[in-house]
Amino acid sequence: MTQTLELKDKMEGLLRTNRLPHVWCSGCGIGIVLNSFLRALIASETDENKVAVSCGIGCTARISGYMNIDGFHMTHGRALAFATGLKLANPALKTVAIGGDGDMIAIGGNHFIHAARRNIDMLVICVNNFNYGMTGGQAAPTTTKESCGTTAPYGSFENPFNLPFIADACGAVYVARWTAFHVRQLQLSIQEALKKKGFSFIEIFSQCTELFLRKNKYGAGLDEMKFFKQNSVIKNGADTREAEFNSRNDKIVVGKFVDRERPDFKESMDGYFGKVLKDKFIRYEGPLQTKI
Amino acid sequence: MKADTKGVLTGLHFMDGDHSCCEGLLAAGCRFIGGYPITPSTEVVERFAERIPKVGGVFIQMEDEIASSIVIQGAVWAGLKAATVTSGPGFSLMMEHIGLAAMTETPCVFVNVQRGGPSTGLPTLPAQSDMMQAKWGSHGDYEIIAVSPNSPQECFDFAILAFNYAEQYRVPVMLMMDECVGHMYERVKIPSADEIELVERRWATCAAGEYLTYKPDADLVPRMAKAGDGCRILVESLTHDERGYPVITPQAQKKLVSRLVNKIKNNAHKIYKYEEYKIEDAEVIVVSYGITSRVAFKAVELARQKGIKAGLLRLIVVWPFPEKKIEELAAKTKAFVTAEMNLGQIVLEVERCAHGKAKTLLAGHAGGTVHRPEEILEVIEKAISPNSSVGIWEL
Ligand SMILES: Cc1ncc(C[n+]2csc(CCOP(=O)(O)OP(=O)(O)O)c2C)c(N)n1
Ligand code: SF4
Ligand SMILES: [Mg+2]
Repeated sequence: MTQTLELKDKMEGLLRTNRLPHVWCSGCGIGIVLNSFLRALIASETDENKVAVSCGIGCTARISGYMNIDGFHMTHGRALAFATGLKLANPALKTVAIGGDGDMIAIGGNHFIHAARRNIDMLVICVNNFNYGMTGGQAAPTTTKESCGTTAPYGSFENPFNLPFIADACGAVYVARWTAFHVRQLQLSIQEALKKKGFSFIEIFSQCTELFLRKNKYGAGLDEMKFFKQNSVIKNGADTREAEFNSRNDKIVVGKFVDRERPDFKESMDGYFGKVLKDKFIRYEGPLQTKI
Repeated sequence: MKADTKGVLTGLHFMDGDHSCCEGLLAAGCRFIGGYPITPSTEVVERFAERIPKVGGVFIQMEDEIASSIVIQGAVWAGLKAATVTSGPGFSLMMEHIGLAAMTETPCVFVNVQRGGPSTGLPTLPAQSDMMQAKWGSHGDYEIIAVSPNSPQECFDFAILAFNYAEQYRVPVMLMMDECVGHMYERVKIPSADEIELVERRWATCAAGEYLTYKPDADLVPRMAKAGDGCRILVESLTHDERGYPVITPQAQKKLVSRLVNKIKNNAHKIYKYEEYKIEDAEVIVVSYGITSRVAFKAVELARQKGIKAGLLRLIVVWPFPEKKIEELAAKTKAFVTAEMNLGQIVLEVERCAHGKAKTLLAGHAGGTVHRPEEILEVIEKAISPNSSVGIWEL
């Protein structure tokens, strides 16, 4: 009991409670992600003063505004490019980018693949709700085949992205996928990824109750949680090509797929310049301390 | 605050404007550039890429200009001075984040080595046709500062000036060069670090727990804390209150956006910078900036030799536009000739501020080459001829 009370206090300390109620619809999965993220921060004993959360625009991207840590609500799709600047200019920061599927892989797709390729040391969390929530339920590059969106009124006929596969192919050092149902695994995964050095990626399938579910008559939030529960197969270490989720008839492959070591951008840069420039190289350590 | 010796290449140099600009950025304390190659600006980042590992800082070649223009803002909020460098097509892609920097009050510098447009236009030839874009290019109401150098020496000096303005007013500052200034070689004198005066970031002075991201000082500019200071900052691109919390109302919009505009407008008298030459008795005043101002100077000399009372108002800071100065001169002079390498941009401002009290003519062309002095002289002569009327500018 005391332990839960302590956790509650800590959670509240990490929330801007004076901003509540939040903008999310009831039953939406984004709140679960926020909850899991804060629990993971606490459990991993990450110094919250050194965490910076960069977000683009979308329902998911509103997440930084509710957390009582350094938060950035930037432009649609650009959270990773902004986070790259934060991290390179202050290597002591734990840099996290959180956003929706449209934000990160449609408009932000180019930044995503390059941040992964460069192995920028950041944790990237993508809430995949199979559509554009914030703008009213349009189709996304993740929309499952034959599912409807307001801009795909007869159902989508495009191939959706397999995000773990892209992240893997681009060089991410940590790749996992869970759903809003898998709260325990998700929290542990975030804890683990927070400790990783390099580009870590976690995709979370989530229910957009008001738009994607309603429009497609897939049921209420709870029904989608059941769908996630019943259709998921945990396959840790699976080949990310198996993680395809092209249609609602596919199994949802979840688990930790990639966990490897690769020098991150800064290590590569410092190591290489040290080698070729020798004593002429001045290693950049971080910004000077300010008055505060 | 004095410059850090590590970034200052004190001495006499023979270099072009692009290289000199890079040295100016370094001298100003810029330790982060995110860029994407584009002619005729690339030499700036090429030099920076070579210099920065020996100075201590970061250069990163981003995937495009959209990324370049925001990666620098991440670096700024982490505590560094940062800039990006581009030309027309890249500048167009950066508009999104010029607006972001204006909205989030992120001090940073955008260097635009202008080339002919629209679109891919003239990659290797000069123009001054992005002057309105620099001011109006992103959506919404906001103000920026733009400075225009006319020599490699000034590319150095004004890179420092640009950073000083950015830090003082927490705005994106445009360093509006052009291909000619960028590729022209001249003597550049780089002073010693202790001769270079820098404006320090306006760091928060209150306790971390009391800090509000957007609470302005009396001059309407808020103080900054960086990520990792424990201030729990909230940097918001939506319309926001002093805490950085989004507030989607006309009242919040009025309060915030008016302040963003007024922090420049109310301080404009401290920001304006121009040079005057033979203005006192001038009946025709040539208004010019950047490389064209050097040709305009020659044109004024030629006019004087012909007995025409011509003078030159050379704008160093183009935005904010020196409205009062033009109003004042309009009451005394007969005509303005705006000489610029475009088909009529800053001439619109001159026309606006002259309020019909003096004629306003354009000596402009579509870009690709600097003017010949005779072309400007011709318009000066037209300006004093009794047949030309108020407000006419011919191409
Ligand atoms: C440049 C730009 N284009 C379009 C938009 C409009 N817009 C806002 S959020 C969004 C998509 C949101 O979808 P997603 O990223 O999946 O987030 P979700 O709301 O589903 O969490 C779009 C298109 C914008 N804000 N900026
Ligand atoms: S629109 Fe969808 S994603 Fe957005 S808050 Fe509502 S349920 Fe969640
Ligand atoms: Mg979405």
